[in-house]
Amino acid sequence: MATSPGDPDGPGPTGIAASLLALGEQLREEGIAVGTSELLDAFAVLREIPWTSQGDFKEALAATLAKSQEDRRVFELVFDRFFFRAVEMASVREGLESEGATAGALEELSETELDALRMQIAAAIRDGAEGAMRDFARLAIATFGQQEKGSGVIGVDVQRIRRALGLRAEPQPELPPEDPRRDGLPRETLRRFEVMLRRELERAQVQRAGQLPPARPLGELDRALPSGPLADLAAVHRVVAQLRRRLATQGKQARGHRRHAHVDVRRTMRASLQTGGVPVELRYRPRRPRRPEIYVLCDVSTSVTSASVFFLSVLHALHDSFRKMRSFVFIERISEVTDVFERERDFKAVSERISSDAGVADISGYTDYGRVWSELIELIGDDLHPRATLIVLGDARTNGRDPRAELFAQIAVRAGRTFWLNPEPRLYWNYGDSVIAAYEQWCTAFECWTTAQLEDFVKALTRPDLAPAR
Amino acid sequence: MSAATPNSSQQVAEGLRSVGYLPSESTALVAFLATKLGKPVLVEGPAGVGKTELAKALARYLDRELIRLQCYEGLDEAKALYEWNYRKQLLRIQAEASDTGWEAVQQDIFGEEFLLARPLMSAIASEQPVVLLIDEIDKTDQEFEAMLLEVLSDFQISIPELGRVSSTTHPVVLLTSNNSRELTEALKRRCLYLWLDYPALEHELEIVKLHAPDLPETIARRLVEVVGMVRELDLKKPPSIAESIDWARALLLLGARDIDTATFNQTMSVIVKHRTDMDIVAERVGLRLGAGANEPDRDGDGPAQPAAAAPGAQTSPR
Repeated sequence: MATSPGDPDGPGPTGIAASLLALGEQLREEGIAVGTSELLDAFAVLREIPWTSQGDFKEALAATLAKSQEDRRVFELVFDRFFFRAVEMASVREGLESEGATAGALEELSETELDALRMQIAAAIRDGAEGAMRDFARLAIATFGQQEKGSGVIGVDVQRIRRALGLRAEPQPELPPEDPRRDGLPRETLRRFEVMLRRELERAQVQRAGQLPPARPLGELDRALPSGPLADLAAVHRVVAQLRRRLATQGKQARGHRRHAHVDVRRTMRASLQTGGVPVELRYRPRRPRRPEIYVLCDVSTSVTSASVFFLSVLHALHDSFRKMRSFVFIERISEVTDVFERERDFKAVSERISSDAGVADISGYTDYGRVWSELIELIGDDLHPRATLIVLGDARTNGRDPRAELFAQIAVRAGRTFWLNPEPRLYWNYGDSVIAAYEQWCTAFECWTTAQLEDFVKALTRPDLAPAR
Repeated sequence: MSAATPNSSQQVAEGLRSVGYLPSESTALVAFLATKLGKPVLVEGPAGVGKTELAKALARYLDRELIRLQCYEGLDEAKALYEWNYRKQLLRIQAEASDTGWEAVQQDIFGEEFLLARPLMSAIASEQPVVLLIDEIDKTDQEFEAMLLEVLSDFQISIPELGRVSSTTHPVVLLTSNNSRELTEALKRRCLYLWLDYPALEHELEIVKLHAPDLPETIARRLVEVVGMVRELDLKKPPSIAESIDWARALLLLGARDIDTATFNQTMSVIVKHRTDMDIVAERVGLRLGAGANEPDRDGDGPAQPAAAAPGAQTSPR
């Protein structure tokens, strides 16, 4: 059965089977591993449930096609987009017009009537009434949306309408007590209402233009979990806790077990007592994972503060996995902060302490990498040895000063492994005053601005088979 | 007690309800599909949202035996599938007269009699259909996962000395994972996927009421709201559903009439189980509770109030 790949708009076989295959194709394009067996499962599942109920239909497909929470998120987005487009496509083809957007009479409402409408909408959101919210979304667009004919950018229009309705998640104590907006509206339903507004605006746009806008692949931002990597501390800490367990349970294969297993004679003898002195079961000495010695150097100038303090706290959360760890922060000068992390457990306290006490921004407050390298050699030059790992976190923006890559090379040669984490996307590297290329030849550089990338790095760091290269 | 195979997800939902488990819509749907299609289900979610409980409830509802395999690092075939009972084999050889031929003995000692069935084996060999729960699959090594593939897709186990053991009945298989490591694609492909999260407010309220029916409605609602607030915070261990139930029962025992700061501080230890978490919760939630009603003197026996409220006050509790 051939379908035009991933495009519900184009001509091709119609019917549920074809749509499902096209949906699978779109999911693949977004990077979800949908195999043939998964699609077969999806068909099998649809035989068992009534597909007239949208909720069941979606859940059943999700259970067979999306096999992790991130996949599930992408699935939701793709599913909505796919069927929204499919429906719109059909209605454009059939030349249907819905009457919701043409309610011109509503524009002449008086201010008190508008107020009553605002109140009703807020009440519907507070109660989370799905159907009412959808109706009100149309009504709201008809009354508030077309006052200036819209800005043409849907996201802006949505926010404008929301403000016109006075909908906020925070409590608004100045409002009268019977107003449902007074105690603040539930954030989640508010977000759903915004999605509905967006949906209706898109629909109106499609109707005006008589055709669908081109399909847009999901951006990195849509795909990221609701709270961005550095925005929500709680989410970050959850990631860290998980990371830690993952490292702990990384399994024996990462430690290369059984390759050089040593028989533990004592335990074997003891076990053999059960079988009358015959050593039926050999006991091996457990392999201890290698715990690297780590030196961390973090840029804390304003451009990268949040990333670096976050990164430092991650490393300290992982402290148990390392034999020894010393951390330094720098802007213009360098300062050791190992003990700050040892004493303070709270993330906020740490960042406050670092910004107030470290005394790293001396004169200009701009990063001076050359100076940092020379100070670093003075501080730890003698301690570095081939089993040590040096990690630098910074954007490598020198503000036009001399990068002194030869000093960095000296350090990198002395340390066993050297990593560079750059919190900027790779796209921006070596643009402007970024000189990462000068350093990259001496170390392994990673881009690190999402938690997934951070995780990749931590895995690389704790992998034992990465023996000292130099 | 119940129909052998349910015919719709509503039936499953009702059935699970009748044995004391309130499933969400997607949970009931996936459970229904699992019984219908005979595919294993991979259940993921944070700790304490009822993943294991789902398997137990399913076993009760379908009136099947529950066989549980608890996974841990280092779990191997001998503990999961089967093992030869070599002590018995040794005895057998010693008891044998010395002139019996090797062939005869070999035939003898690799018989069913000397096989110790471990959970996976007993689930497959069982005469009656069972519910098989493979708990915390993410704790095992990848090799073990690979070994599971044969079991999960064909429901059979190959024993070199004995032949192949295939299942006569189709077990319902649930695998749970706390997501502490990425599972292999091959395993995921064979499973249906279910993500269980903390329940929505109304749903949790129902659960609490089911397990502590005597608790007044207003307190139960308040309790669930508070637990929701606590989960929003950045804690080492957010309270699970089981803990909200425990808390409900504790409040019932104490005869509490309202959850105010004093009661909260006294009973907080039921839902919060880390020293540092307690400080955060007392500061962020405990104080807010008191603010609405009266402003009571702080009880001396409550957990230590954080002395320095100043740094925390600047940041919003979001």
